[in-house]
Amino acid sequence: MANVFTRIGDWFNERAPGLMPMYRKHMTEYYAPKNFNLWYYFGSLALLVLVNQIVTGIFLTMNYKTSAAEAFNSVEYIMRDVEWGWLIRYMHSTGASLFFVVVFLHMFRGLLYGSYQKPRELVWLLGMLIFLALMAEAFMGYVLPWGNMSFWGAKVIISLFGTIPVIGGGLVEWIMGDYLPADATLNRFFALHVIALPIVLLLLVVLHLAALHEVGSNNPDGVDTKHGPKGNRWDPTKPADGIPFHPYYTVKDLFGVGFFLIIAAFIIFFAPTFGGWFLEHDNFLPANNLVTPTHIKPSWYFTPFYAILRMIPSFFGTAFWGVLGMFGAIALLFLLPWIDAGKVRSIRYRGTGYKVALMSFAASFIGLALVGAGVVGEKLVEWAPSDATFWENAFGRVMTAIYFGYFVFLWFYTHLGWEKTKPVPERVVFDHD
Amino acid sequence: MTKRHSPMKKAIYSFALAVGLLVGATSMASAEEGHLASAGTNIRDQASLQRGAKLFFNYCVGCHSLKYVRYSRMAEDLGLSEDEVMKNLNFTGAKFGDPVISHMPEDLAQQYFGKAPPDLSLEVRAKEEGADWVFGYLNSFYVDPTRPVGWNNTVFPNASMPNPLWELQGVQTAVKKEGSDEVEKLELSQPGKLTPAQYQQATRDLATFLEYVSEPAALQRQHYGIWVLLFLAGFTFLAYLLKKEYWKDVH
Repeated sequence: MANVFTRIGDWFNERAPGLMPMYRKHMTEYYAPKNFNLWYYFGSLALLVLVNQIVTGIFLTMNYKTSAAEAFNSVEYIMRDVEWGWLIRYMHSTGASLFFVVVFLHMFRGLLYGSYQKPRELVWLLGMLIFLALMAEAFMGYVLPWGNMSFWGAKVIISLFGTIPVIGGGLVEWIMGDYLPADATLNRFFALHVIALPIVLLLLVVLHLAALHEVGSNNPDGVDTKHGPKGNRWDPTKPADGIPFHPYYTVKDLFGVGFFLIIAAFIIFFAPTFGGWFLEHDNFLPANNLVTPTHIKPSWYFTPFYAILRMIPSFFGTAFWGVLGMFGAIALLFLLPWIDAGKVRSIRYRGTGYKVALMSFAASFIGLALVGAGVVGEKLVEWAPSDATFWENAFGRVMTAIYFGYFVFLWFYTHLGWEKTKPVPERVVFDHD
Repeated sequence: MTKRHSPMKKAIYSFALAVGLLVGATSMASAEEGHLASAGTNIRDQASLQRGAKLFFNYCVGCHSLKYVRYSRMAEDLGLSEDEVMKNLNFTGAKFGDPVISHMPEDLAQQYFGKAPPDLSLEVRAKEEGADWVFGYLNSFYVDPTRPVGWNNTVFPNASMPNPLWELQGVQTAVKKEGSDEVEKLELSQPGKLTPAQYQQATRDLATFLEYVSEPAALQRQHYGIWVLLFLAGFTFLAYLLKKEYWKDVH
């Protein structure tokens, strides 16, 4: 039997001599630092969710009807008449939300351990492009069921482009292909959602991994293992603190996958709407341009950016500043490798100022999410009914200021040499038990 | 030992904190809107589902359709035979595999009520309060001569729908707050065929039926979910043992 496999393997290697070297380079001889912690599961989990979205998406397109007249009905058809259709749909809708959960945690890991710093700027930039593509993908996918929130969400988000001076109005019509989100909008969003953006996403993911494997993975100590001491039990010329990605991290990630799937399955089987956070109540009503939902709000994963949009007031008779702020909040993340000139990567050895700033930044992101989702507003209506709007704006604006303040602080803190770092060990901290 | 562990522990604590904040936000959001009484529905209670279906087909289907629900699927999920459904619940002459469509012509309905009665297939899912809303709504009708059809509702003020269950519930009248138009409470001014307790149970059954109708897959997913979770728990445990075994090399 073994002989057969060897012969098949040889047959392939003779005809495709690049395969085995590639496998070795990226799997069995990719030496990853051995001290990865909990935060390092989310990259592989994001990949798992991407595969889930593509596979379940293929099955959804088999039964989904791309037309404003039929889309909503076809989703209910999938939910009720298609064998296992409900499972496929819930896997896709839950996957969309969990995609953002793991990607936000994956990005925060980058901030914690300085993974965007030199020499991993390109890895970070490609990751940010993935994040942008993912947001576009999620927004367009959200429109496809053609529920009432799909319709009004699309209308509000597309209208943002209308605030752009001079070309705004024409641009909005050009994006929608109509004067309102309509059949034309739905069809083009479908094309972008199932073909264009998935191809872009896959390409970016390949480039993200290729760029990572070129410079090597960072780790919770921010120690450069690739250029540190050499010699491990597998290869005397390879990093002393590195271990082969396969099998060590593949089995570790397999455990992570199991744990993650338990959470995902719990949601899919027992709480698929997640209390209205993953599937909104208003989206169980068909799109209706005459009936506006009581609260138009985007999906939870857009709420921090939506809050920034809402909290920045209009000046000079245009609301464009809010739109600039919203996109600026994402654009600044792209620039992080150059804003942060810190000498040390990991939060473990960075100055107290950085620790406080990063925690405030994370808190402001959650605070903004609660503002954008309307949770803060609703609570304030209970506590201070007369000036709830005043306090919501005050809170939201403080959170917005902290969000942007993080980048300003970080620039001054690191470029002017205010940061007092702790000594970084030569080798990674790893518990040999 | 103590010193070397601290960064790892910090990472775990900070992660737990992040998760905690997210969960806290979720529970905060779902705890609001507490002014409706709990309907206490249970879609696994087949008898309640059957009673709810009976009420629906006797009192509701005259105006409201369930266009996404087939008689056949409903029969299967409610434990009814084709015969029972076709004789007792199907009054429109529809085929067993057809969806539940009301016989009321839409233009007439528009004329009678000012607004065509909505399809109820997804009513429960479309409401933030779910079945509690339906339960509350059906218990909150009162006589209001100022309204075109003579009825009003405290859960959905100025609804254009009359109370379809009035002969069961009786007639409620509103007790207004002194010097205002706000309704303080509803009083049963004329008893119906059912006692208040029986009526509550009947509307609970109806809410249960509408909850089932809004997501028939709920019966399946809860059934399979247990087994999927058990399998995944076993899988994760084995993966953990595998990881431990491999990582002996590293430690």
